[in-house]
Amino acid sequence: MDQKQVFDDVVAILKPFVKNPDALANVAMETSILKDLKVNSARLVDVVLEIEDKFGIEVKDEEADKVKTVGDAVTLIMARG
Amino acid sequence: MTERVVVTGLGVIAPNGHGKDAFASALREGKSGIRFHQHLADVGFACQVGGIPENVEEIRSKYLSEEELLAMNANMIYAAIASIDAWADAGLKRIAPDSDEVDWDAGAIVGTGIGGMDTIAEKLVPKTDAKKVSRLGSTMVEQIMSSGNSARIAGLLALGNQVTTNSSACNTGTEAVIDAFLRIREGRAKRMLAGGSEGHSKYIWAGFDAMKVLNRTKNDAPEQASRPMSASAAGFVPGSGAGVLMLESLSSAQERGARIYAEVLGGYVNCGGHRMGGSMTAPNATGVRRCIQGAVAMAGVRAEEIDAINGHLTATFADPREIASWSAALGLAPDEMPLLHSTKSLIGHALGAAGGIECVASVLELHHGFVHGSLNCEDLHPELTAYAGRIVHETVDRPDLRVIAKASFGFGDVNGCVLFRKFAN
Repeated sequence: MDQKQVFDDVVAILKPFVKNPDALANVAMETSILKDLKVNSARLVDVVLEIEDKFGIEVKDEEADKVKTVGDAVTLIMARG
Repeated sequence: MTERVVVTGLGVIAPNGHGKDAFASALREGKSGIRFHQHLADVGFACQVGGIPENVEEIRSKYLSEEELLAMNANMIYAAIASIDAWADAGLKRIAPDSDEVDWDAGAIVGTGIGGMDTIAEKLVPKTDAKKVSRLGSTMVEQIMSSGNSARIAGLLALGNQVTTNSSACNTGTEAVIDAFLRIREGRAKRMLAGGSEGHSKYIWAGFDAMKVLNRTKNDAPEQASRPMSASAAGFVPGSGAGVLMLESLSSAQERGARIYAEVLGGYVNCGGHRMGGSMTAPNATGVRRCIQGAVAMAGVRAEEIDAINGHLTATFADPREIASWSAALGLAPDEMPLLHSTKSLIGHALGAAGGIECVASVLELHHGFVHGSLNCEDLHPELTAYAGRIVHETVDRPDLRVIAKASFGFGDVNGCVLFRKFAN
């Protein structure tokens, strides 16, 4: 998988949940999903479901718990690639 | 020392119009919002017509973010649109979502009769039964909890006073207005959004169709289907939407120089106890009379001072009984009665939203000085012949309209009646 493509896909998945759209303009691997993008923590469940659907993978709860940044999600997906 | 309570904002999304101006025009022009709906025919409904607000797909993104809409069903969307409209119409500014400010003086009682049944039926049950609980995501609870519509409104408007969702079937919206009125009157809040909302869904309406209480005789003529007070009334037409009023203490309204549409003079709610002819689905006429009399007594007006009645009047066998109860409760002979009309003739019966939408209609009628016509009762029910001169078929201008009574009666034998008066300081 192409990391840039995965990164773009993750950002696209996150976009509807982002409450701070300004932060999306400068989104990077180290951008925090909760602190920077202001995604409601309850919605991480939905983000993980969409990642599972998009990439055809299963994400365990303990793996999901470790995803704090956009880069964490990209790395998790790439590791399955 | 009690506070006087006034209406300073109106929000409505109804099958025949969105927003107070479009809705007022629709009422005045006798515009029906009842349409044929193929999705009801497809699943074998006997009644295939209904009232559903139009163009909501285009409207909703102006009110709600993509993130908010992901966790909202039709009931919640209607409640939110009407509440935001009422808030803005009252001249109040919205507190920014990223602000730490909370409006501790403002709350919401926006009820619903059925709530998030569409979410339950379309998502929760199928996924749970398919052993896909983990696939439900995070948005189920807030859409199916009974308080979901008010809870969402609280977040949108940073409300810090009481926020709750009442539910008393078809009396829900009127009860909400009365409960909010009493709260402000007691000095416990300065401003309350009050009303009701109901989504549209085959799952919300199917039970009523099965009871054979919906009109199944006019699928080919939708605008003639809702026939309150008619000899050919054959059941109600299901409706949906939301109606929300901003109720405010007079002192708060005057302090900020708000426009005042009307004063809430008094209100009363009760239950017939399922006795004396009352049941889960039929009203105890004594309970109805006591409710009307309680509201009139609190309002401090004589029966003769009531200019118009916006009745519950759904287009079932209960219409003649309702009007007989009004006559008995007010002690007025048929030819002495206030003007009688039914907003449901235009929009159908919006269940938990009905009282809210019809209270908005009543206040608009007071504000603009008219009484809208009741459609489809040219063939008046024979038991109503004596009232013929008081039933409004076509809109009449009444610039002198001062007092209007609105009542709702619901399954469970529950009743609500509220009186509004054109504001005079």
